[in-house]
Order: sequence, then structure tokens, then C-alpha cells
Amino acid sequence: MNKQRKAVALISGGLDSLLAAKVIQDQGIHVEGINFFTGFCVEGHTHAIRKKDQKKVKRNNSLWVAEQLGIKLHILDISEEYKDVVINPRYGYGANLNPCLDCKIFMVNKARDWMKENGFDFIITGEVIGQRPKSQRKETMPIISRDSGIDDRLLRPLCAKLLPQTLPEHEGWVNREKLYEFSGRSRKPQMDLAAQFGFDEYAQPAGGCCFLTDEHYSSKLSDLWQFRGERTYELDDIMLLKIGRHLRPRPNFKLIIGREEGENKFMQGYRKMFTTLRVDGHAGPMVLLDGKADDSDLELAAQITARYSQGRSFDTVNVTITDTQGHCREMTVTPMPEQSILKEWYL
Amino acid sequence: MSLHTLDARRLLCPLPVIRTQNYIKNLAKGDSLAVICTDPGAEHDIPAWCRINGHRVIDISSTEEEITITIEVGTLV
Ligand code: SF4
Repeated sequence: MNKQRKAVALISGGLDSLLAAKVIQDQGIHVEGINFFTGFCVEGHTHAIRKKDQKKVKRNNSLWVAEQLGIKLHILDISEEYKDVVINPRYGYGANLNPCLDCKIFMVNKARDWMKENGFDFIITGEVIGQRPKSQRKETMPIISRDSGIDDRLLRPLCAKLLPQTLPEHEGWVNREKLYEFSGRSRKPQMDLAAQFGFDEYAQPAGGCCFLTDEHYSSKLSDLWQFRGERTYELDDIMLLKIGRHLRPRPNFKLIIGREEGENKFMQGYRKMFTTLRVDGHAGPMVLLDGKADDSDLELAAQITARYSQGRSFDTVNVTITDTQGHCREMTVTPMPEQSILKEWYL
Repeated sequence: MSLHTLDARRLLCPLPVIRTQNYIKNLAKGDSLAVICTDPGAEHDIPAWCRINGHRVIDISSTEEEITITIEVGTLV
């Protein structure tokens, strides 16, 4: 009897990875999924923090995809090692701080380790030639295969017919004729195939699978690097970049201002890491101060904090400032007029 | 068959799922694990993860602040 071949599918939660896994599964291959947690994933976070979003039940798309396929999903936390990919990408960034090509290489390499440890035969991804300008080009496909060390054990079922034969095809584990030749930015072929398989409520393709493709997010991360004087980050830093308004009124500090109750509550958890500001006697945001601040900086921060509170039209309000040791002081300030909050302060 | 507890409070999804997955790796079939979370997303994600990986959610209870999901470990691979 022929040996049951096993493939590990990189599952992002989008349509392409769903289809790629399905195509291979339908050829009698045992498929299990891997999903990577980089810390920048779009799934979950802000929705969990923001109160108003919690009413909409938002599913985790990679788990949903696995459930549709009836496959196991292994979620790997690569957030620590991934830092080096974001900080020093060998092939550079895309339009924003997204190191897509390095990221793909890294993920395929991690999947390769997993494949070896768990006795799987090959890897599948939902890549389509030309779908993304930087990482999914015909020229980049061999780079990913080579640099990740996976070589011909990486099969891309949606565009395999446009690429050289891989080991699973060569060995007859999968039938190349039943693979696809999708290319370009059009989503039509994928949607048609989804309809053929009877998938109808898959995640709509967005700009990318992570926050690093977001211009706003990337500019906040660049700011963080620039003002810390080094390109490093912790998981807490990148989590905080996803929430609140970020304002840098002076080079030595920035403020993170909660936008609603859920964010305020979440930010409470950072009291031991940052100086916090809150207006007394009026509803208002939780504000974190990131950086070093002297008395005049604290006064400015308190005025801004007051501006975003319900006390904004009062002549003066009291703001409680608490340092990381829990020592409180009070400052009476005039809320800053709207026109004094400069546009360039917003990150 | 032992009962275990995992504190996943203040972690945001998918971290509670990842911690659950990694904890269960060291348990035996029939053991139970109570995961305490604060991210409401965990209430959907942990049961979904259990369904696809062959474990059974035996109880979900929540207070204003926390959700506790109790899982009975199924066959491990
Ligand atoms: S969008 Fe983000 S997760 Fe996706 S390949 Fe690019 S860097 Fe990696």
C-alpha cells in the first residue's frame, strides 16, 4: 500500500490558504494547518479591547478555515524570533514596514522545522503569482523556496502549473494536472473556485495579513524607533500601537489617549510601566505617558488630557498624575483649546 | 485524570489559545483544564480550537470580568 502522504498548510485565515489546502486535501493528502502568531496579526486584538466592537462576534479566521476543512490547526508563537525579521529584513520593506519577503521565508522555514519534527512530507501555501507586488512575484517564489531551505518540498497549488515541478508532483503524491495556474491581482478565479467548493462566507481579502501593511501603524512604529534611539520593541509596545490616539507634543514624550471605555480599561494594565494621567470629576480618557517628562512636560500632558475629557469647557480641571511606583500628584490645569493641539502631534 | 488551571488573564487572542494548546500538550487524555481568560474572544476561539483538535469543552462560566473555559482533553497526537 502507498504511504499516506502528509502536508502542512500555512493557514493565514484568508481565502487563498483555504483553497490551497482544500485542493490538496481533495487529492487524498492528509493536511494539517499551521498559523503563526507574530504579534502584528490583525486577528483579534483591537476587537477584544474596544468595547463597541465586542458586540460583533468576530471569529478567528484561521480557526474557522481549519474547521471548514476539518483539519487540525497548530498555532505557533514566533513573536520573539520574528523581531529580527521586522527589524533587519534582508530584502527590505514593502510599501510600509511590512517585510513580506523575509516574513514568508521565515514562516516557510519555521514550517519546515515543524514538518520535519512531525513527520510530514511537504508544505503548501496559498500564494498566487502576482497577487502581491512585493512578495508574490514569479521571481520571489524561488527565493522563498531556496532561502527557507524547503526547496522542492514547497507546493503552491493555486499557481503550481506556472512554476517548475515540485517533489510532491514529481513523486506522484499529487497530480499536477489537478492544480491551478492562477496569476495576477484578480480575485475572480479564487472566488469561482470557492463557489465550486461551496465556500461562501470566507474572509474577504484585505490589504495584508498583518498590521505592518498599515500606513498608520507603520508610522507609529517608526516614531517609536526614532525616539527610543534604537530599533527594538517588546510585545507590549506593538500591542499599544494598536490602540488609542498617539500624540507626540514634544520629542521626549508621547501620549497614548484611550478612545473609549474598553481601551481605558485595557490601558489600566500598563500602570506599572507608564506614568498615567486622568482627569478628576469628569469622564475622560486614561492617558499613558511614554518617555521622560519634567514638570513643564507634565503640565502640557495634563492640559491635553483635560482637552479629551468632559471637563474640556471648564476654566480649570484637576488631573491626577501617577508614576510607575504608584505615587500620585495632582495638577490644576486649563484644558488645552482645540486649535492648540497641533496636527503634527498626531502619529 | 487530574484537574489543571491555566491563567490566561490579560492575554489577547490568539495568545489564550496558544497557551491552552501548549499546556494541553503535556496533559493526558481525560485530564481537565480550566482556562481563565479576560479576552471575550477566547470564548469563541478556545472552543473552536478544541473542536478541530479533538478536545471537549465541558463548561463555560463567566463573571463580569472573567471567563473560565473548562476543557476535557481528548486524544493527543
Ligand atoms: S503582510 Fe505581514 S504577515 Fe503577511 S507576509 Fe507581509 S509581513 Fe508577513
